[in-house]
Amino acid sequence: MAVTLTVNGKARQVDADPETPLLYVLRDHLELNGAKYGCGIGQCGACTVMVDGTAVMSCVTPLLLLEGRQVTTVEGLGTLDKPGPMQQAFIEEQAAQCGYCIPGMMMRAQALLQADPGASEAAIRAHLEPNLCRCGTHMRIVKAVLRAGELMRQNSQGGGAT
Amino acid sequence: MKAGGVLAGAVVVLLLAAAAFYAFAWRSEIDPVDPTAQARFDPALVKRGADLAAIGNCNVCHTAPGGEPFAGGLGIPTPFGTIYSTNITPDPETGIGRWSEAAFVRAMREGVNREGQHLYPAFPYDHYTNVSDEDDKAIYAYLMTRKAVAASPPPNELDFPFNWRVLLAGWKALYFREGPLQPDPGRPEEWNRGRYLVEGLSHCGACHTPRNRLGAEKKDELFAGAEVENWTVYPINGNSPAPVPWDVESLTFYLRHGWHELHGASRGSMSPVTANLGSVPEADARAIATYVADVMGRPSQERVARGEAALAAARKESEAPLAIRANAGSGGMGEAIFLSACQGCHDGRRPVPFGGLNLHLSSAVNAPNAQNIINVVLFGLPAAKGEPSAIMPAYHGVLKEDQLVALLDYMRERFSDKPAWTDTRERVAATMSGTREVPIYRMDGATQAPPETSMRTTPWP
Repeated sequence: MAVTLTVNGKARQVDADPETPLLYVLRDHLELNGAKYGCGIGQCGACTVMVDGTAVMSCVTPLLLLEGRQVTTVEGLGTLDKPGPMQQAFIEEQAAQCGYCIPGMMMRAQALLQADPGASEAAIRAHLEPNLCRCGTHMRIVKAVLRAGELMRQNSQGGGAT
Repeated sequence: MKAGGVLAGAVVVLLLAAAAFYAFAWRSEIDPVDPTAQARFDPALVKRGADLAAIGNCNVCHTAPGGEPFAGGLGIPTPFGTIYSTNITPDPETGIGRWSEAAFVRAMREGVNREGQHLYPAFPYDHYTNVSDEDDKAIYAYLMTRKAVAASPPPNELDFPFNWRVLLAGWKALYFREGPLQPDPGRPEEWNRGRYLVEGLSHCGACHTPRNRLGAEKKDELFAGAEVENWTVYPINGNSPAPVPWDVESLTFYLRHGWHELHGASRGSMSPVTANLGSVPEADARAIATYVADVMGRPSQERVARGEAALAAARKESEAPLAIRANAGSGGMGEAIFLSACQGCHDGRRPVPFGGLNLHLSSAVNAPNAQNIINVVLFGLPAAKGEPSAIMPAYHGVLKEDQLVALLDYMRERFSDKPAWTDTRERVAATMSGTREVPIYRMDGATQAPPETSMRTTPWP
C-alpha cells in the first residue's frame, strides 16, 4: 500500500503494509530515528510525534490513517546547528538523563505550545502526563518546556519548523 | 362596574392562592450553631460516616476538578441550566459549619437547607430521604471533621422560572415521597440492605433511571438506562446490554475494583463510583450487587446461551495466532482500522484491566448508541493517580470523522447481533467538534478512594 504523507515539511511516499505503525515507517522507511520504541502499546509516550499539530502515539497509529496528513518529528523542530526553541530550551536546561523519553516529551510539549505558547506550568504538567520518564528528570523537563514557551514568545517566528 | 368586580374577585383569588402556596412551601429556618461549640465526634462514628459518604458519592459532586474535597463548585449540567454544588466542609461562613445535626438530617430527609429554602433535586434527596437518621448522623460526623475550606460556588445559572426555589415545593408535591424506606419483611436481610443502599445513599437511579421533562425519575422505568453528561448509562434491569449476564459475584467484584474480566472497566462518571466503593466494606458492595442482580432478574435460557457463545468467541480469539493485518479481512475501512489499531490490545490476549476487553464481551457495542465507544476512542482512558490502572491512548489526533464512523459500524456489525446504529455520524461529528461536551475521568481503582473528584480539567492528550 503506497501512502503519501508530509513528514517534516517534505512530501514522502511510503510503500508499506497498511497496518505498519507510523513509528516503524519513520524509523525503518524514512530513517528518522528521533521517535523511540518504548512500550509499543501507547502507554509510555516515547514514540510521540505530531500529526496535523496534535501529539500522537506513533506506535499505535497505523499508516493507513495517514494519507495526506502532516507529520512532524523531533528532527523537524530544528537542526544541530540551528536548534528550534524546544530543542534549545532542553539543551539549556540540560533536561535529559538517559534521553530515551525526550523526543516524545518534546513533541507532546511542542503540540501544547503551538496551540498555547503561554501555557501555565499546571497546563504543561497535565498535558505531559501520558509521557513517562524513568530517570526522574521531570522537574527539568517541566522547566525546559516553560523556557521553550518563553523562547517561542520572544521569537516572532513562533514554534519553529512545523 | 360588574367587570371591575370580577377582576377584583380574580385578584383576591390569585392572592389567596399565592398565599396558600407560600404557606405550603414555607419551611422554618433552623437556628445556626456556634461551630466552635460543636461536640467532639466518636472516631468510630466518623469512620462509619466515611464509608457511608463514599457509598453516597458525596465527593464526586461536591468537589470541583482540582479543588479541595467537599468544597463544592462543580457545575452540574441539567436541561434547566447549570447548578453548582455547594461547599459541605465545616467552614462556618461558606460551608455547613453552622448547621446543626438536625439541619443536616432535615436536608437529607426533606431537601431543605438550614435557612429553610428548598434545594434543587440535583442534590439527590429523592434518594437520600431513604437514609436512616442514624446513618445521616454518621455522615454529619464525618463531614464536620473534614478540613474547613472557605469557598463559595459560582451562582447557579438557571432559566426563569427554574431559578425560583419556592416552586420546588410544587415539584416535591408531584414527585417527592419522603422516606425512610421500610424494609420488606418477606425478603432476606442482604436484599433489604442492598435496596436500602441502592434506593438511598448510592442513588443509582439518579443516572440509571430515565427522567421526565421536569427532571424526576420515571418510577415505572426503574434502571432502564439514560444518557448523562454525554455518556450512555446502561440499563441495569432486564435490558442490560452485557453479553454475559451479570450476577451477584461479578457485580460485587466490578463495584469494588472498577473492572471485571467478562465486562471490562468502568468509565465516565461510573469510574469515581467504583473507586469509592473500593474503599467500603465488601458486604455493602455485595448487598448493592444482590439487589441490582435481583432487579436485573434471572437471565433467560436464550440470554445465557448468547453469553456462552460470546465468551466462546472471545476465548477462541485470545488463543488464535496473532493476526494484526489490515488486509486480513474483506477490506472495508472500518475493518482495516480495527485490525491494525484496536485488535492488538483488544484481542483478549492480555487479561483485563491491563489488556483491552475482547469486544465480544462488551456492553458498549450492544448499547443503544455508539456514544461510549466514541468517547473512549477519541479521548482514551486516562491513567489513575498513583496506582496501576486500565489505560487507553486517545485517538482524536489521528481519526477523521469518516474513519471513526466506519470503525464503529464495523464493530457493531462484528461484535453485536443487534441492528446497526442509526445516529452514529451525528454523534461522532458533534463529539469531535465539541458540541457534545464529554467530561473524562481518570481510571481510579480500588486500592485507594480518591479524596477529590477524578474528573480531569484537561483532555487526556
